[in-house]
Amino acid sequence: MTTDTPVLDAAFKGPVGSFNLDVAFKAPLAGVTALFGASGCGKTTILRCIAGLHRLPGRLALGDRTWQDDGENLFRPPHKRRVGYVFQEPSLFAHLTVRRNLEFGARRAPRGNGTVPAVNFDQVVDLLGITHLLDRAPAKLSGGERQRVAVGRALLSEPRLLLMDEPLSALDRSTKDEILAYFEVLHRELNIPILYVSHDISEVTRLADRLVVLSRGGKVAEGSVGEVLERLDLQPMTGRFEAGVMLTATVKGRDEAFNLTYLDHHGQTLTIPAVDAAVGETIRLRVRARDVSLATHPPTGISIRNILKGTVMEVREEADTAFAETLIDIGGGRLRARVTRHAVADLNLAEGMPVHALIKSITFDRRSLG
Amino acid sequence: MPDQGLDLAGLWSPIRLTLELATVTTVVLLIIGTPIAWWLARSKAKWKEAVAAVVALPLVLPPTVLGFYLLVAMGPDGPGGWIAGLWGERSLAFTFQGLVIGSVFYSMPFVVQPIRNAFEAFGDRPLEVAATLHASPWDAFWSVAVPLARPGFLTGAVLGFAHTVGEFGVVLMIGGNIPGETKVLSVAVYDYVETLRWAEAHILAGGLLVFAFVVILSMMLLEKRIGRAAR
Repeated sequence: MTTDTPVLDAAFKGPVGSFNLDVAFKAPLAGVTALFGASGCGKTTILRCIAGLHRLPGRLALGDRTWQDDGENLFRPPHKRRVGYVFQEPSLFAHLTVRRNLEFGARRAPRGNGTVPAVNFDQVVDLLGITHLLDRAPAKLSGGERQRVAVGRALLSEPRLLLMDEPLSALDRSTKDEILAYFEVLHRELNIPILYVSHDISEVTRLADRLVVLSRGGKVAEGSVGEVLERLDLQPMTGRFEAGVMLTATVKGRDEAFNLTYLDHHGQTLTIPAVDAAVGETIRLRVRARDVSLATHPPTGISIRNILKGTVMEVREEADTAFAETLIDIGGGRLRARVTRHAVADLNLAEGMPVHALIKSITFDRRSLG
Repeated sequence: MPDQGLDLAGLWSPIRLTLELATVTTVVLLIIGTPIAWWLARSKAKWKEAVAAVVALPLVLPPTVLGFYLLVAMGPDGPGGWIAGLWGERSLAFTFQGLVIGSVFYSMPFVVQPIRNAFEAFGDRPLEVAATLHASPWDAFWSVAVPLARPGFLTGAVLGFAHTVGEFGVVLMIGGNIPGETKVLSVAVYDYVETLRWAEAHILAGGLLVFAFVVILSMMLLEKRIGRAAR
């Protein structure tokens, strides 16, 4: 976080359902910040408070503009806040065509004298691939199409911050992937900061740059996605999901015959099924803790292609279970490996010990770091 | 009473008067019923259902009872008398204005309830969306709430109009039977029967029967169409 990047500064405290929300965080107004946590931990409430749709005691400032300050009895009503909000379900206006839905916010966008809109109608419509839907009624669209229109509508209202409340949770798996691809394009092409709420770690690692982890109304951790994912003490939170780490690697080359892409990660080579990325490009990968095994000697006669040399940094045994979480330094990046406690005892796994990490599966997250 | 021959000209006056009364009443009800319906749909006040019950009273109250209280209120000693005094009359009872006021009370539940239901049906979400798209509450009401509640307005207007056309007890209590001023259709039918003029009674009664049938049928078709569009 550099000092010249404007910051979203939020703090809220108050009852939500059966618990008390008490959270304060800062997020740079650039890139994607994810609010991550289990369902019902207060993520949506925080988003609603930022939009002004819900009021809890607290403080909220966006850059140099204060939107809520209880000391000064200041509370800016939602329609005077420059945020875009994408709800869990698409919520298009049923009485308007897609075009009129998109124009709804654009017409009302607060605009200085003669300033050019920051986002352009044709550009947004094109990026979201909804040009052919403009004259249709929302009822005639598929779930994924509706959510794309809802995102476009929010963008065209010229927000300083785009709030997204689990925008993919109502969609099926394949539609999710399709929309995620559009989100990545937006992230790359448009310079609008996004605050993204999700309980799905794979969504978060794919999209987010920063992470605020929440549990039962409180903040547990915050930092870059990479940092947060490497923390074994967050296991109770991330363990319920697909715990793992994020790695960045550079494309080295491609093997057409076997349809593979070779990557360089701080001098060690990774092999993944071919992806559409140019040599020299930096890509982001996700490796789940349960897909990593450890060996004290380099194994031979094994089908696993990705075997990296590393050093054990941390071992955390989970009491009353068969498992232990380990963090492995692989000369730059880190890996997490989920092994049994029996294996820890048998191999004498301890801090500082050299090991070989066997990676069974790598997920390609996104092409470039925007 | 000897047969006087068919009096077609005499039939026209109550028809015209009834249409005038129903139109004015419907317009007044849409104007004052909409904010009431909005408040009933959106307010979180605990006592709002008591207000809703007052609005709905005419559904169960005998029209003569409602008419009796309205008569008292409109008489020279009631607030209606004071209002009538503003233009030099003694009372609002037995005037067209009095009939409009009585009809507004009598038909109010038929207008307020469908509009309230329509406002409640779409919930908070569209208004929240509108707010995040920079629409002020007033703007959102007109550009989102009213268009989305259109079926409710249509149902309310049709039912309010039709119910006012069929009003009898209240009119009899507060309007009486003054031709061209307060003698509406239902009273005219009663009058024709009383004076044994069956032919005129048949024409008016048959006309009202067809009117009622057309209203109910079109309401049902409308609801079916809206139901389909929502799916």
